[in-house]
Amino acid sequence: MNASHSSRPARVVASGWGWRHASRRLPAVSGLDLVIEPGERVLLLGPSGAGKSTLLAGLAGILGDSEDGAEAGALTLDGAPAARQRGRAGLVLQDPEANTILPTLGDDVAFGCENLAVPRDEIWRRVARSLDAVGLRYPLDRPTAHLSGGERQRLAIAGVLAMSPGLLLLDEPTANLDHAGAAEVRRAVAQTRTTLVVVDHRVDEWLGLVDRVVVLEPAGGLIADGPPDTVFARAGSALEAAGVWVPGSHPLVSRTPPGPSPSSLRSSSPDETSDETPDESSPRGTLGPVCRSSPADPPLVTAAGVAVGHGGRAVRKDVDLEVRAGESLVITGPNGVGKTTFAFCLAGLTSPLEGEVRASAQLAHGTRSPHPHRWRAQQLLTRIGTVFQRPEHQFVARSVRDELAVGPRLVGARDQSALVDELLERLRLTHLAHAHPCTLSGGEQRRLSVATVLATAPRVLVLDEPTFGQDRTTWTELAELVAAHVDSGGAAVSVTHDDDYVRVLGDRRLRLEATAVAQAVRA
Amino acid sequence: MTGATASAAEASTAASAEASAASNARTDPVAAVNPLALWFAAVLYSLPLLTSVDIVSGGTSLGVWLVLFTALGITPATIVKRTWPLLLAAPLSGLSMLLYAEPGGTVHVTWWLVTVSDNSIELALAITVRVLAIGVPTLVALVGIDPTRLADALAQIARLPARFVLGALAAVRLAGVLAADHRSLAQARRARGLSDTRSLTGWLALAFALLVTAMRRGTMLATAMEARAFGSGERTWARASRLTRRDAVVVALALGIALAAVGLALATGTYRLVGSGGGA
Repeated sequence: MNASHSSRPARVVASGWGWRHASRRLPAVSGLDLVIEPGERVLLLGPSGAGKSTLLAGLAGILGDSEDGAEAGALTLDGAPAARQRGRAGLVLQDPEANTILPTLGDDVAFGCENLAVPRDEIWRRVARSLDAVGLRYPLDRPTAHLSGGERQRLAIAGVLAMSPGLLLLDEPTANLDHAGAAEVRRAVAQTRTTLVVVDHRVDEWLGLVDRVVVLEPAGGLIADGPPDTVFARAGSALEAAGVWVPGSHPLVSRTPPGPSPSSLRSSSPDETSDETPDESSPRGTLGPVCRSSPADPPLVTAAGVAVGHGGRAVRKDVDLEVRAGESLVITGPNGVGKTTFAFCLAGLTSPLEGEVRASAQLAHGTRSPHPHRWRAQQLLTRIGTVFQRPEHQFVARSVRDELAVGPRLVGARDQSALVDELLERLRLTHLAHAHPCTLSGGEQRRLSVATVLATAPRVLVLDEPTFGQDRTTWTELAELVAAHVDSGGAAVSVTHDDDYVRVLGDRRLRLEATAVAQAVRA
Repeated sequence: MTGATASAAEASTAASAEASAASNARTDPVAAVNPLALWFAAVLYSLPLLTSVDIVSGGTSLGVWLVLFTALGITPATIVKRTWPLLLAAPLSGLSMLLYAEPGGTVHVTWWLVTVSDNSIELALAITVRVLAIGVPTLVALVGIDPTRLADALAQIARLPARFVLGALAAVRLAGVLAADHRSLAQARRARGLSDTRSLTGWLALAFALLVTAMRRGTMLATAMEARAFGSGERTWARASRLTRRDAVVVALALGIALAAVGLALATGTYRLVGSGGGA
């Protein structure tokens, strides 16, 4: 019984393999030749749109049949077509919410075994062993809804391991997680013995765990393939140009503060910044000639004694904060501490449970209340704009062009058409003007969501995890847009787990820690 | 050696799964009964009682259940928690009978359409007790059902297709996720300057956006389920769902109480067939 559980690692062979989704004109992957030996651990990279997720889905055997798309060449596991070997490869998706299937922990892990018709006694043995392997030590009837994001991803890995696959496939398994959660997931992966293919933008973190890096070319084929050191040494700059995050190389973002001081290139490299204090600090923004607003100017938005929480229960209390013009502020902290809710309070999208959020008289001019959450929705557009973590949530139109026109129309902007054209150009979306927003790639959706907000030129930008899951190119564009907004006298508030982003745009930092209240809620 | 420790760990986890199920059964005796048996019992119990509107059969069966529940250790707090909407609704349905039922016997109050008579007082009491007599035991039995155990029973005993049962079960979990999506979508629309959900068009737009999100979630769920080999052929079930003697006893008990209560009403001459009009 035990022997059958720890099945052999699989050998992967792609020969001239390609796949075109039925709804698309161009193939997502084409002409791929690749051999992965049993037990190898591969980090799969490539610019957005290179077909990484398609390859993983192909290996997992879930791309579907000829109705869903057209296959070329062959993709095999141990010599047999991957599509006919469901269960031989186990896939974990990026969104923890999407990976959870059943309401309780034990049942969720057992689900895959049931589908493979594993006998009942053996199922529970496998469930116990898999949960142990990923370090989840809860009773089996624990509701999956009570798990954190990191725990959910480990649960998903356990569910896949219980199927005793020969190949483990991870599609950005840590993109939605805080540092602690991501580390938990990597520890669990390190315990596995299968062949592994992982797609993740956080290259640095996976380096110790993988023995090979494969970089897909969007046009088809490979940009690079080999041991991590060799690949990054030989093809580093080409990879960077293709949008791949190369370890140790941090993007430069130009910060041009108004006033007499010269413009500076700010690197996101850790050694170029001395400020590593986790607490709220104000080394750059509030003092000195760098800042346009003098301390005498009232802050644009002030939060005083704010409590935030989920479902009417406070998770975090007594948060004070001032949002000033010409300053980029970042909010960090673990998952579930109320960062997003707090940012949404500042953005006027929800009211605080306690305390108050007040806009300056200048910002509130023309509205009936100093409290942003009491403003009419249209009044927010030119005052406080919000970029959501999931771009698709904020799309309301049927084409990219219409999407961009929504805001300007509502505020009655002049030359709306010219404004939209300019935004399309600036965010490299012109060729997609007539596409449906939800059909865009992740990076394109992110650019569009930022553009829709910039379209009405709000004074304050609030961004929720703006860079998560983005390739280097989109990341840099995004950071530059925020920097430009702040350096021209606007204010930005960003909720983020991204250290690079904090280094470039953390003029001032607020770290929300889990409080006793928060822990009580989690327990 | 390692093998031995591993199997010991497995045994203890399996034991803890058993133990947690057992502790559930101890705090909630209803959980020890197969969900399908509970449904069946609820239907068989309700049918006889639905035929009559009299205070004797309703009062008797309600009384028997309350005594039974107490004996089984189901606390009044649990009962109230599972039945509170009914506890509010029952007196209301009684009140409408009291004020508007067909008059009969001595008339006590008349005011516009309102007539309170002997008949309406009797009917009001009978209806209130009836609603409680049918509703309280049924809700106590059905509200606490674990959807997973119901799914197990539907698939293994009622032999419904696994695809349908598991799809429904997974959808139950998604309902909570959609509530969060709804909040998020409403906030996103406000951020886009379109928040006015009080207007019909705003409300429709939000509802449509939620529908689209729900479909996307459904598709993602289907992908995740397929990625775990769902629908690839024969499957096993991790938890056995069987009907036992205990289930038969529950069904027989439910039917027995209903029949005995109706029998008592017939014997005492208080039985009053639904729709037979006012009393003598």
